[in-house]
Amino acid sequence: MRRLRAVLSLVMILVFGLAAASAVAAPLDAFAPQSGLAGSLDIAGGTAHIPVMKEAAKRIMTVNPALRISVAGGGSGVGVQQVGEGLVGIGNTGRPLTEAEVQKYGLVSFPFAIDGVAVVVSPANPVTGLTGKQVADIFAGTVTNWKDVGGKDAPITLYTREDGSGTREVFVEKALKKGPQAATANVVNSNGAMKTAIAQDPNSIGYVGIGHLGESIKGLHFDGMVPTQENAASGAYTVTRKLYMNTRGAPQGLAKAFIDYVFSPEGQEITKASGYIPLGR
Amino acid sequence: MRDGNTPPALRCAAAVTVLGIAAVFGFVTVYALPVLLSGQGLAVLSWRWLPAAGQFGILPMVCGSVLLACSALLLGWPLALCLCGWMHGLGPARPARGLRQLVHGMAAVPTVVYGFVSVFLLVPLVRQTGQGSGLCWLSAALVLALLVLPTMVVIMDAALREQGRSLRLAGAALGLSPAQVFAHVMLPGARRWLITAGVFGFGRAVGDTLIPLMLAGNAPGVPASPFDALRTLTAHMALVMSTDAGSTAYHSLFAAGILLLAVSAGVSLAVRRLRGSGQDALPDAEWRP
Repeated sequence: MRRLRAVLSLVMILVFGLAAASAVAAPLDAFAPQSGLAGSLDIAGGTAHIPVMKEAAKRIMTVNPALRISVAGGGSGVGVQQVGEGLVGIGNTGRPLTEAEVQKYGLVSFPFAIDGVAVVVSPANPVTGLTGKQVADIFAGTVTNWKDVGGKDAPITLYTREDGSGTREVFVEKALKKGPQAATANVVNSNGAMKTAIAQDPNSIGYVGIGHLGESIKGLHFDGMVPTQENAASGAYTVTRKLYMNTRGAPQGLAKAFIDYVFSPEGQEITKASGYIPLGR
Repeated sequence: MRDGNTPPALRCAAAVTVLGIAAVFGFVTVYALPVLLSGQGLAVLSWRWLPAAGQFGILPMVCGSVLLACSALLLGWPLALCLCGWMHGLGPARPARGLRQLVHGMAAVPTVVYGFVSVFLLVPLVRQTGQGSGLCWLSAALVLALLVLPTMVVIMDAALREQGRSLRLAGAALGLSPAQVFAHVMLPGARRWLITAGVFGFGRAVGDTLIPLMLAGNAPGVPASPFDALRTLTAHMALVMSTDAGSTAYHSLFAAGILLLAVSAGVSLAVRRLRGSGQDALPDAEWRP
């Protein structure tokens, strides 16, 4: 009897253990040393992609140290050019490819995430929404007091992101329509730092990736559109863009496995943790 | 080194150090030269930083670095001197001992702790004066002064202690009070060391990245008042590096790097000079009753 129980529990441990192991490691199994994958993969281009690419690369290289995956920035233009000329395996862009680019290089695009940006203020600020024009005027430095846009009588303090930031790129392009920006704005270098600054300063205005909205800051309605993950995914909120991975021709070998991994549930978790909304294939 | 008895391991270590420093200089120069020599050279040495419009001027950042370091020194150096006065005869002995330990302890606090605490305590206070966001020249200068204080106090303290040992009794025998000994004998004698402390403090202040990055606001312009934001060279490099690689903005960083390197090399040389000539400047040589 006792022996039977011991055998049974051993079997159960084995079954559960195996189930757990396979459930946890499944997406990464493709990269295990016995998978036959080898060599290196270079990734370059859009800066917004970097956190996702780096985390995915790190996890893959932990499973199989023989693989080498390098991740560099440079911007969407660099991404297209380098993947087109075969200098890197995957070139990232924060915009859809143009017809000319697809024709010239024979590129294939994989949109894997939506990057939405919300205009944010301190929760203490009574303002709940602004029009695109008001936001553009505030960031251009022509409107400098909250009372001019329906708030209390207090000077507006501007916060922006550093040049080269993907979040800034979306904001300037989609919210400011590439309008001018006041040089006096305070500059912070991450979504986290932006959150801290905005939460602390009752007269502040800034912007963060929609994934970073939380209790400590208030996302403003923009032209009546409510900044939420759902609205960004459905298209009801338009200060967004898609993030793309691009390959020359259909991806093969390590590049294909990498793209598959980014679309796997685990890859989508990484995308979400980086502040983006993951897209299925 | 000259006596020929230096162990090989020591020589190796020295050679590696020298090579390392030479390599840093070499690489930064090699990368910076094309930027400075090409058509972009003038673009880099201008007053406007607008990468989107193709303008890569780093002069506002140079100005920011110099302003911030000088103001931190202006606040920190007199304070360091006062603390040293307290420790050397102007204050009672027991609190002075505690003070010395406190200052030594301050040296061990990581920069990021100063920055983080200031964001939550100092910045709201400065903001309450009603001028801007609180992330400004003033906030950064105050904290930076605190940060460089231990460095300066340790140097001043060491020099004064060396002198005090021999001079305090002699001064007392002449009927001078401890305060008189400090002001008229010890301070003039330690003059070079006081300057050395200032130069060291400046080097530290100009090289610090985290305090200006977290507290100075980082707007790339020249501040008109202490409540305006400024951007230092170090913070500028950290900001551009965090997301970019391979663009013109990125390459312009090497020009910023060579400027910073020149400043810190200048500071080291200045310290060397001062020290070299300071060694034989005994207090009695400058004795003026």
